[in-house]
Amino acid sequence: MTDDQLIWRIAGGSGDGIASTSQNFAKALMRAGLHVFTHRHYPSRIRGGHTYTEVRVSADPVKSRGDGYNFLLALGDSFARNPQENAYYGNEEVKPLSENLDELAEGGVIVYDSGLLDTDDIPDFDERVEENGWHVYDIDLRTIAREHGREVMRNTAGVAVTCAIAGIEPDVIKSLMEDTMPEKVFEPNMSVFDDAYDTVRAEFDADAPDVSVPEGEHDEEQVLISGSDAIAYGALDEGCRFIAGYPMTPWTEVFTIMSQNLPEVGGISEQVEDEVAAAALALGASHVGVKAMSGSSGGGFALMSEPLGLAEMSETPVVLVEAMRAGPSTGMPTKPEQADLEHVLYTSQGDSHRVVFAPSDAEEAYKQTRRAFQIAYEYQIPSIVLYDQKNGGELQNVPASVFDEEPNPDLGSVITEAELEDAPHDPSGKYNRFQHEGEKGVSPRSLPGQEGGRYLATGNEHMPAGHISEDPDNRVNQVNRRMEKMEAIRADLDGDADTNTHYGPEEAEYGIMTFGSQQGTVEEAVDRLNDDGHSVKMLSVSEMAPYPVEEVTEFVESVDEVLVVEMNASAQFRGLTQKELGRYGEKLSSLLKYNGNPFEPAEIVDGFVTSIVEDGTLPGHETKFVPAASD
Amino acid sequence: MSAFSAIGEHAEHDRNEYTPGVEPQPTWCPGCGDFGVLKALKGAAAELGLSPEEMLVCTGIGCSGKLNSYFDSYGFHTIHGRSLPVARAAKLANPGLTVIAAGGDGDGYGIGGNHFMHTARENHDMTYIVFNNEIFGLTKGQTSPTSPKGHKSKTQPHGSAKDPIRPLSMSLNAGASYIARTAAVNPNQAKDIIVEAVEHDGFSHVDFLTQCPTWNKDAKQYVPYIDVNESEDYEFDNTDRNEASEMMFETENVLNEGTVLTGRYYVDEDRPSYQQEKRRIGEMPEEPLAERYFDEDYEWERVYDSFLDKHK
Repeated sequence: MTDDQLIWRIAGGSGDGIASTSQNFAKALMRAGLHVFTHRHYPSRIRGGHTYTEVRVSADPVKSRGDGYNFLLALGDSFARNPQENAYYGNEEVKPLSENLDELAEGGVIVYDSGLLDTDDIPDFDERVEENGWHVYDIDLRTIAREHGREVMRNTAGVAVTCAIAGIEPDVIKSLMEDTMPEKVFEPNMSVFDDAYDTVRAEFDADAPDVSVPEGEHDEEQVLISGSDAIAYGALDEGCRFIAGYPMTPWTEVFTIMSQNLPEVGGISEQVEDEVAAAALALGASHVGVKAMSGSSGGGFALMSEPLGLAEMSETPVVLVEAMRAGPSTGMPTKPEQADLEHVLYTSQGDSHRVVFAPSDAEEAYKQTRRAFQIAYEYQIPSIVLYDQKNGGELQNVPASVFDEEPNPDLGSVITEAELEDAPHDPSGKYNRFQHEGEKGVSPRSLPGQEGGRYLATGNEHMPAGHISEDPDNRVNQVNRRMEKMEAIRADLDGDADTNTHYGPEEAEYGIMTFGSQQGTVEEAVDRLNDDGHSVKMLSVSEMAPYPVEEVTEFVESVDEVLVVEMNASAQFRGLTQKELGRYGEKLSSLLKYNGNPFEPAEIVDGFVTSIVEDGTLPGHETKFVPAASD
Repeated sequence: MSAFSAIGEHAEHDRNEYTPGVEPQPTWCPGCGDFGVLKALKGAAAELGLSPEEMLVCTGIGCSGKLNSYFDSYGFHTIHGRSLPVARAAKLANPGLTVIAAGGDGDGYGIGGNHFMHTARENHDMTYIVFNNEIFGLTKGQTSPTSPKGHKSKTQPHGSAKDPIRPLSMSLNAGASYIARTAAVNPNQAKDIIVEAVEHDGFSHVDFLTQCPTWNKDAKQYVPYIDVNESEDYEFDNTDRNEASEMMFETENVLNEGTVLTGRYYVDEDRPSYQQEKRRIGEMPEEPLAERYFDEDYEWERVYDSFLDKHK
């Protein structure tokens, strides 16, 4: 268990308002001056099925889920199926309670809706309560909700009970509800809240548990934001006004946010027939001079392989986002994994040249999405933002000032009509849009409709004006120029500060490397390891391609051993690192997790201690250690 | 002031302006029907007074995909089956452009069939020319979606067990608002149909019979052809969906029996184009999006001012 005062888990079924209730709860506490971080767990179902959201609350910044949690609010699952004992999916009715007990800390709190849940259905419940010193509150939340409003308001009743036990000032919640609810919904919710709150204070020993919310204060205004929000906002601030997509979890979030916001800024969103079309539409819009994006998750992104290659060959700028989920194939649609790294790096035929960023959290997602657009349009190359179900969906508070930035609608390396007059044309009359020489490998593009700029864009190898050609000299010139961009981009990125994140004491003896969404959790593990007397630092890489070879080499050189932490079974990031560095196989070992749940900080602490300090045998089977080549 | 001064200039244009100054000359086989499309398109563009630089011709892959190599305008030679999604986004992003997509029957009715169906359904304001030669030509003569039942080829050694696609009927069902069939041997009709197709506000589908003298000798020259709008043997109202449907069905039935029927099969001038619909619901700006990036007075919205409040 971590030292935080409160890690609150609200559990129920899909469709019961778990996500919105937890979001309001988190936002209310953020407004009260606290730091919050959420972790979502949900099934691929519209209605019913084991669902929870954790809200971790602390006076200090939090950047990861915790280890387990200490406060359970178990609501009913309104849409539970198969209540028979031997049913394939088990007794779903009691899952909001039964499925969550293993991770509840000693001395923790259980609030459950006795109107819907019966602890007799849970094996050894009383013994476990006794053994773990849990404080149990059986309250008929459903009846309270029905009495003053509608059954769905039992979520409000549960939040009220949470406030009464954890010492949260009711006004903190109430004022947020007032802001977000229409009056006729707000009024009965207040009655539900007050009744539930008073019931606990009057009829139960609400102060018995050692669980409370700390005092906190922010020194600047905060916003509660997800990685998906941040990706969309980065795109909008770069002047992206066109998106095309097809729904797929978890990418749908970015697509939805863009689709809701684009009309307000005179942009266009297109929901289309499939992902081949989605990426192809983004290319079409970009080709004529509009900043455009598309995206998907693993299976949908596979369909984008063709247009992705076309973007490389025709030098059409585009930004694609890929929201990873557990694979292969349909895999586990609502569970996070980081196993599409090789997919996005190498998919599509031929020598790939593309840019891939893997941001870790909302702030990085905003900044790196912006950078992805800048590079795509400056270098006429596809940029990919690679993230996953975890950092796309988790909410955290971020200073509002992070977004206090100017928009950048610059189209990059586009030639104007005036410049076209003196630009080189070929004897057919076409503009030489694909010249053999170009600064940083870039040959400026014209846009359809411009006088004097006509050319042929094509997925075939082509001459400077775009005419199809298989001439060997032209081929080598064109390939060399296109590949030259990657080196120029690498040099540009070397000038950026902090895209890759270093954390921990510079002189540390050991290193942990990770990428993307695991960064915050690794940082917390690094803190704990150093507090425990180990000497460890972290490098979290966001620049997947072109890879920061020098920076990583320096890091690996500076430590005795490196543990590479990633959420997949085949150690893809470690493989990429070894390929790019061309050595250090004996120095890099892996800590992997691929059961559908992100790492908890303690798992990384244990993994490090076990693999580096001890014999390499990990407790349990949640994580897996893969030793370095020489071991 | 527009950043795209080739758009809407309404100058006189000679059909030769759409011929590239030097190479590349077409590499199609002698006698190929694709020459007929090229010629008809040049004639139509000149008649419409289109500048080569306000036209974007998007093609797929195959012999037909080389149309924009030999037609001098802005061109995007995309990938097999994908000309339509590229083309329709270009039109949404800059509605000032005249956007024409083209591809073969394998390209449009096979691998790109899903895009064809949805582009027609959405009624995008653009023209789609399908070079229908009832064969895969460039890959050397395999059976295609429009090949007749029983068609023998190296990949169908016992003759195709499949009935051919009904391109006109499919188009009508999907939602195209201008549907015509023409043939390479009928250059004047072909030109007139392309002119009408481009002028039509909505998705215009032209199924263009293009004989393949090398790989599909059975189809010969698609002669003699009959114009169903002019022939006294056929009577139907091409603004009536049911009558159009029957005429299409008949046309598709008799093609492989040697009767080549052509003409305007369906014209719906009342259905709003997708662009009009999208503007009506407030999801597409009145001014072309592509112009905005060159408008120095445009005040680009900031996320910080526009969208952040709901997160506070």
